Amino acid sequence: MNFTLTPEQEDIRKLVRDFAAAKIAPSAAERDEKELFPRELFAEMGSMGFLGLPYPEEYGGAGMDFVAYAIAVEEISKACASTGIGVSVHTSLCSWPIYKYGSEEQKKKFLTPLAEGSKLGAFGLTEPNAGTDVGGAAASAVKDGDTYVLNGTKVFNTNGGEAEIEVIFALTDKAAGPFKGMSAFIVEKGTPGFSFGKKEVKMGIRSSVQRELIFENCRVPAANLLGKEGQGFKIAMSTLDGGRIGVAAQAVGIAQAALDYAVRYAKERVQFGKPIASQQAVSFMLADMATQVEAARLLTLRAAFHKSHDLPYSKEAAMAKMFASDIAMRVTTDAVQIFGGYGYSREYPVERLMRDVKITQIYEGTNQAQRMVIAGNILR
Amino acid sequence: MEIVVCVKQVPDTTEIRFDSGTNTLIREGVPGIVNPFDKNAVEAALQLREKTGGKVTVVTMGPPQAKNALKECIAMGADEAVLVSDRALAGADALATSRALAAAIRALERYDLIICGRQAIDGDTAQVGPGIAECLGIPQVTCVQKIELDGTAARVERETEEGYDVVESGMPLLVTVGKGINVPRYPTVRDTMKANRKEIAVMAAAELQACVRKPGLGGSPVRVRKISAPPPRAQGEVIQAESAAEAVDALLRKLSDRKVI
Repeated sequence: MNFTLTPEQEDIRKLVRDFAAAKIAPSAAERDEKELFPRELFAEMGSMGFLGLPYPEEYGGAGMDFVAYAIAVEEISKACASTGIGVSVHTSLCSWPIYKYGSEEQKKKFLTPLAEGSKLGAFGLTEPNAGTDVGGAAASAVKDGDTYVLNGTKVFNTNGGEAEIEVIFALTDKAAGPFKGMSAFIVEKGTPGFSFGKKEVKMGIRSSVQRELIFENCRVPAANLLGKEGQGFKIAMSTLDGGRIGVAAQAVGIAQAALDYAVRYAKERVQFGKPIASQQAVSFMLADMATQVEAARLLTLRAAFHKSHDLPYSKEAAMAKMFASDIAMRVTTDAVQIFGGYGYSREYPVERLMRDVKITQIYEGTNQAQRMVIAGNILR
Repeated sequence: MEIVVCVKQVPDTTEIRFDSGTNTLIREGVPGIVNPFDKNAVEAALQLREKTGGKVTVVTMGPPQAKNALKECIAMGADEAVLVSDRALAGADALATSRALAAAIRALERYDLIICGRQAIDGDTAQVGPGIAECLGIPQVTCVQKIELDGTAARVERETEEGYDVVESGMPLLVTVGKGINVPRYPTVRDTMKANRKEIAVMAAAELQACVRKPGLGGSPVRVRKISAPPPRAQGEVIQAESAAEAVDALLRKLSDRKVI
């Protein structure tokens, strides 16, 4: 048992923390207000090496592990949750399935620019009638010569419209159904027949972008089939298992930010002649918040450790994602409470954290779906 | 062009607190960082190297953990690093530090330009840079905001209260720089990992003996008698008024009451 980070992981925390404090945090409130996607920040993070942390150097990555990656997502999310999920989707949901299931040629062509950060990635699974129940998916891909013809619609696509590379799921065998008849494709932005629909207007993570993707007789080269025909469901589920580590890290980052703000404010804010931190009602809230954040971080890093060491991580990632997002919701709500009326004001940062964190209980599998995964694992 | 940059690992002063009971700084658990002005010095050196070619060597004096500061400078792009570290050097003041660093620099094969941060954020003496130049017997320009090199000569801008002086000098030359000169780059993940694998030369006091007869506390004339925290600054006053003109009137009245104007 060893609870210390390696010197390399410590270095990553410091590098990302310094960068995030200087470059990401200062504009976070304004980007939230104006719903601005920070493409230039992604370019900069790419050249810093933040967008390919867990992938080998031969594919443009940093050759680090998933613990370092989780630490990076936490630190980025502490500064800006919207930027954090962009990095998470790019790294876990788009780059990973290409790394894991892609051919050598696909890795060279697609993973390298993703890991180097010269291209941005996204992942398209959810459809209007297929959320938690992937079985409702209807998007189709029909083989025609050396292409597949894609038709259908994907929704809530994070990084959609900005990403140059999308991993898209579509039915290649409708009769077999989604579990056996779904396949994964690498689709490049600009492919004829691939267009974008409406951009979601959201409660939180407002500087992250979620768009509708529309495929109308979109011809994708057969060489862009990821894995084999019919492997789509397995690829989607295993990818989401890893994605949950990113969401858990994002939630931990948001919760840590809320805790930091609350501690500072409680020490400064004077009521009844003394700082409110000296009121037990407040200090006990802070103690609970700190304990929850620490527990969530440990679960998250453990899931990341499992993934790095080829140990099973489906249950661990589900637990981390569910727990971290639930406590983060509570911690950010409590931070608003400690700030009182000022906490509710948009002039102070904690209300943004509370709005941002809600989605972590919903996306990449609702927390109810996480319980299905965990129960499925322990009742096998 | 051989450029030497002197850096210091300092406690992150934003995290330092003062124990009013014992009148000492609480340094436990405070992370060590590269003195911010020294990062400007490293950046200036890297930018000059990008233009003229050559090598950037970073030198520091400190305990073994000061290696971390050197690694950060290597990650930024410096070529070599030297750590001057020895128990005999403990307790060195600005003079003894200047002598030790000058001796370490003299031990290098060659140096054309030495760049230092204008001061360290812990001691704030701003004496070590000038001290090194004196020990080496070379010219110095402090508080430089721009450096241009032309073969064997340097043309630099020295900040003044009113603007800046343009100073030309031969080399070797020592300059100290402030925040105004540049924005230090962030090291990338890859360069940081590479820096971790880099061997850092450690120079002990014995190797400096020829140049420094009395290292450390024995060669330090400065004695610290007492450290005390300055009184907390009183809160500023915000003048609330209906219009700008009224606010200006109120401000003028206050300033004239206090005989400021």
